[in-house]
Amino acid sequence: MTASSSVTYEELYARMQEIVARLEAGELPLAEALALYEEGMRVAASCQQILDQAELRLQQLQLGAPDTDEE
Amino acid sequence: MIRLLSVSQLNGYLRELLESDDVLRDIWVEGEVFDFKQAASGHWYFKLKESDAVVSAACWRTYVARIGERPRNGDAVLAHGHISIYEASGALQLYVDMVRPAGIGLLHARFEELKARLEAEGLFDLSRKRPLPAFPRRIGVATSASGAVIRDIMNVLARRFPLAEVLLAPCRVQGDGAPEEIVEALYALYEQNVDVIIVARGGGSAEDLWAFNEEIVARAAFASPVPLVSGVGHETDTTIIDYVADVRAPTPSAAAELVSPHIDDLHAALSEQRDRMVVALDDMIVRAGEQLEHERRHLMLHAPTTRIARSRQTIDDLLRRASSQVGHRVDLRRARLDGMQSRLAALNPLATLDRGYAVVRRTVDGQVITSPEQVASDDMIEVTVQGGTFGARVP
Repeated sequence: MTASSSVTYEELYARMQEIVARLEAGELPLAEALALYEEGMRVAASCQQILDQAELRLQQLQLGAPDTDEE
Repeated sequence: MIRLLSVSQLNGYLRELLESDDVLRDIWVEGEVFDFKQAASGHWYFKLKESDAVVSAACWRTYVARIGERPRNGDAVLAHGHISIYEASGALQLYVDMVRPAGIGLLHARFEELKARLEAEGLFDLSRKRPLPAFPRRIGVATSASGAVIRDIMNVLARRFPLAEVLLAPCRVQGDGAPEEIVEALYALYEQNVDVIIVARGGGSAEDLWAFNEEIVARAAFASPVPLVSGVGHETDTTIIDYVADVRAPTPSAAAELVSPHIDDLHAALSEQRDRMVVALDDMIVRAGEQLEHERRHLMLHAPTTRIARSRQTIDDLLRRASSQVGHRVDLRRARLDGMQSRLAALNPLATLDRGYAVVRRTVDGQVITSPEQVASDDMIEVTVQGGTFGARVP
């Protein structure tokens, strides 16, 4: 399984915080809470995977008349 | 070509000439102060001399406030400003906007002049300092592509926050052309949708770091659409860009640390969220259990079977009470009926027939005969005795 690159860690983490907040509010029907909990655990696993697999990337910009460089 | 100018035309022409000269409109002059006067208006008027040469100087009140310390006669100073002509007297003047002691050197004086000017313009205002993003996914770095600085920054980020992507805008960071390259690198990063920008340079002499004291660099940094962190030189070095930056880091490595969350903290935060989720669900299940127990007890109290049992008991009770009431009344009625029957029996007129009396009625209309005038001869009558009834004719 590959971590979806379209979803960022920040988005996943924000979703997780939202789930925790809703669970802690404690006003959900139990079935809904259970479904949320399962989703939260999946999100947590995705977060964990992103952290574990992260590798710093470097991209160097081409400055100074890049148009003539390409010709 | 012969021209005739009026005096005011001449002075006006000279003023335009002087003020359009690149050297004269932005110049530092070194000399000794004398004939210093502060006018009631707050402006300063003084002269600068060196050997036998003298130039008049004027400094308007707005700059006086910025300069702070008032120069005294005999002070050796560096004065910054522009040259123009005072048309009323035809005298050439240095219009001063900054005065520094000559001892600090020209570089330092320039630094202080630029700093005071940009500060007055609001480029350093704390109110415009932006907080650094919590999750900088794309980090722009403007520094030299070769050298230790970019390596140090990459090392720090790889260790702390490998989720990031670094965009390096390479530029020379010292020597001729460095300020222009730094500006170009910054503007290239502004187009790259980065979350934060680091401008960095390793340690060096004041001259080495000079590019970061240039006005064009300061203004380019000020134009940054995202938070900008400066990490120039060592901790003791302060350059103009440090004042303009949203955050000043003492070194390039420190800049990289400042912009990046630590992955250990991310792990810890993740664990905390997970734990809170487990606790929240546990609580919810315990609460649901308690509620269930409460509902069950409530249900027991109000269950139909319980109600029926209770109703049945009520019905039994009512029936018992009803039947006893009814029985009582029946007995009472029966006793009264018996009494009335015996009284009726005693009053029954037919009972007298038992004793040999007879009842006589006219046959024609059944009227009981109680007087001889009620009948005539040959009328038919009926006689009822205890044993029965028989007809007769009145003689």
